Amino acid sequence: MSIEIEHVNKRFGHFVAVDDVTLSLPEGQLTALLGPSGSGKTSLLRIIAGLEFPDSGRIRFHGEDATDVHVSRRGVGFVFQHYALFKHMTVFDNVAYGLTVQPRRLRPSKAEIRNRVTRLLELVQLDWTANRLPAQLSGGQRQRIALARALAVEPKVLLLDEPFGALDAKVRAELRRWLRRLHDEIHLTSVFVTHDQEEALEVSDRIVVMNQGRVEQEGTPEEVYDHPANPFVFSFLGQVNLFHARVQDGQARIGDLALPTAATGDQPEGHGLAYVRPHDIEILADDSAQGALAAVVEGITVVGPTARLELKVAGARDLIHAELPKSRLRSLGLSQGSNTWVRPLNGRVFVEPGRTPADPESVGM
Amino acid sequence: MSTIASHIHGTRAAAPTWRRATEEPAWVRRLLIGIALGFLSLFLVLPLTVVLYGAFEQGLQVWYAAITEPDAQAAIRLTLLVVAIVVPINLVFGVMAAWAIAKFEFRGKSVLITLIDLPFAISPVVVGLIFVILLGSQGWLGPWLAEHDLRVIFAVPGIIIVIAFGTMPFVARELIPLMQQQGKEEEESSLTLGANGWQTFWRVTLPNIKWGVIYGVILCNARAMGEFGAVAVVSGRIRGETNTMPLHIEVLYNEYLFTAAFAVSSLLAGLAIVTIAVKSLVDWRDERQRHQAAA
Repeated sequence: MSIEIEHVNKRFGHFVAVDDVTLSLPEGQLTALLGPSGSGKTSLLRIIAGLEFPDSGRIRFHGEDATDVHVSRRGVGFVFQHYALFKHMTVFDNVAYGLTVQPRRLRPSKAEIRNRVTRLLELVQLDWTANRLPAQLSGGQRQRIALARALAVEPKVLLLDEPFGALDAKVRAELRRWLRRLHDEIHLTSVFVTHDQEEALEVSDRIVVMNQGRVEQEGTPEEVYDHPANPFVFSFLGQVNLFHARVQDGQARIGDLALPTAATGDQPEGHGLAYVRPHDIEILADDSAQGALAAVVEGITVVGPTARLELKVAGARDLIHAELPKSRLRSLGLSQGSNTWVRPLNGRVFVEPGRTPADPESVGM
Repeated sequence: MSTIASHIHGTRAAAPTWRRATEEPAWVRRLLIGIALGFLSLFLVLPLTVVLYGAFEQGLQVWYAAITEPDAQAAIRLTLLVVAIVVPINLVFGVMAAWAIAKFEFRGKSVLITLIDLPFAISPVVVGLIFVILLGSQGWLGPWLAEHDLRVIFAVPGIIIVIAFGTMPFVARELIPLMQQQGKEEEESSLTLGANGWQTFWRVTLPNIKWGVIYGVILCNARAMGEFGAVAVVSGRIRGETNTMPLHIEVLYNEYLFTAAFAVSSLLAGLAIVTIAVKSLVDWRDERQRHQAAA
């Protein structure tokens, strides 16, 4: 079941939560709504579910208008960040709930309910918890029960609101891989909200990046990560270094360095900002390479196999962050206070409208 | 793994000599517990003992005669009638008000919260007077009531109205913070699972606020039985007709019938003890069910 969102608006008092959003979420895919807090992603999810009503705009499920359909008739499965399990019911009764509240003529028989609940509990690998209370389970187990409960009513779409947000890092990583496998098995149109870009990149088929109630970009994780549409998307999807650049003849220049960037051809001339990821910063032992910038190592952090450097480039205000394999760090023989040279290898330049070419020597910001 | 476990056990065994930062020395603990117990005995156990002693001082027969005497019987019946009407009304009102306040945003919410507290803020005697002015024969609605042959003041309806007013906040007060703290996620998830509002209320909301409701009802019940000031103003104190138990006790006391006064008092105290016992029993059974479910 595909979901179409057409010109949806939602305000809470003066706060614009969702600002004229139009989106189409394809059938059978797992879509991530990614954005910082207050970007309107949860509001949009709740509007799709029918837990909030849009001020204007329509929601269609597979072409059929669902905007005025009550949440209980919409056929959505909803998973909450804090599980929202019924505290006073056993795990079994929680999962069975959606079946037992159906009108008598539609309700499956007791044996059928027992069967379905048992199968769902096996699906989430928690059949041994059937007689426990939610309070006796861990966070990750509770969230899996919440998912089983949502699936029990055979929803047309599955909506998850920060499903891993309340879990610790290790459980979160396990559970999102598990969710991906589960989705590959059941192929239910699913939407999940997250503020964690890594989670969105790892789990989803499509990513919708939101900011201030608007959609900034949508696409596959590769498209969004490799070809960010604007500075917001670029900086939200990972750590970034900013360089002031001069854009001329389809090339961005940082000092003497011409930045080989994929998308400079269509850039108008003027002052631009070059966005460079930490792993696209090359660390050089000497200044033989053209356009290398002199820098001093301010700090080194080694996280597993990766070394993160903080570098001070002469004339720049902010530190430059670079990432390189630990072995490379060793062969360079760098330590705190070492002098070195850096060169942006790849990046994306966005021209700031209405700015004239600025001081070419100013680097960083 | 096992070495780690044994290591932890080792530290535990050595632990008893340690004290937590929040723990006080033994003499402070004993002093505090002693003061609390002393205070309780002085202000709770002692008066209760005096009441029971006074009630049974002259034997069980005198006690029995005092509470089976027709006026006493009428007072007991009236009190139970009032409780049977007032407690359900305030239960429904309290749950509705708390539901509205905790789960919805609307204009005038703070005014509603203040209004619910009003009966606590006004002296019971003033409450009685308000209703006399409003409903008495010289009052605003008095002539209209007289025309339709309705007696409210100096009759049972007036007693029910003032007691209902005075005990209105108990259930709502108990539930509002509880429901606000619980939020509405469980209700929302019930709705997404296809339940309607009525099913959601009975199967999700009510079980979650069960204890709040029970506490509220117990407090409301105790106060409805014990209410004195407002009832004294509106009831007209007609013996055997509009005297509730507290009023009857006062009448007996004023007539120097101390044993009878204590006998009826013991009944009132007994009812309070029974409600608390019922509460503890429900509490205990619920706990046991939870343990069984867990096992």
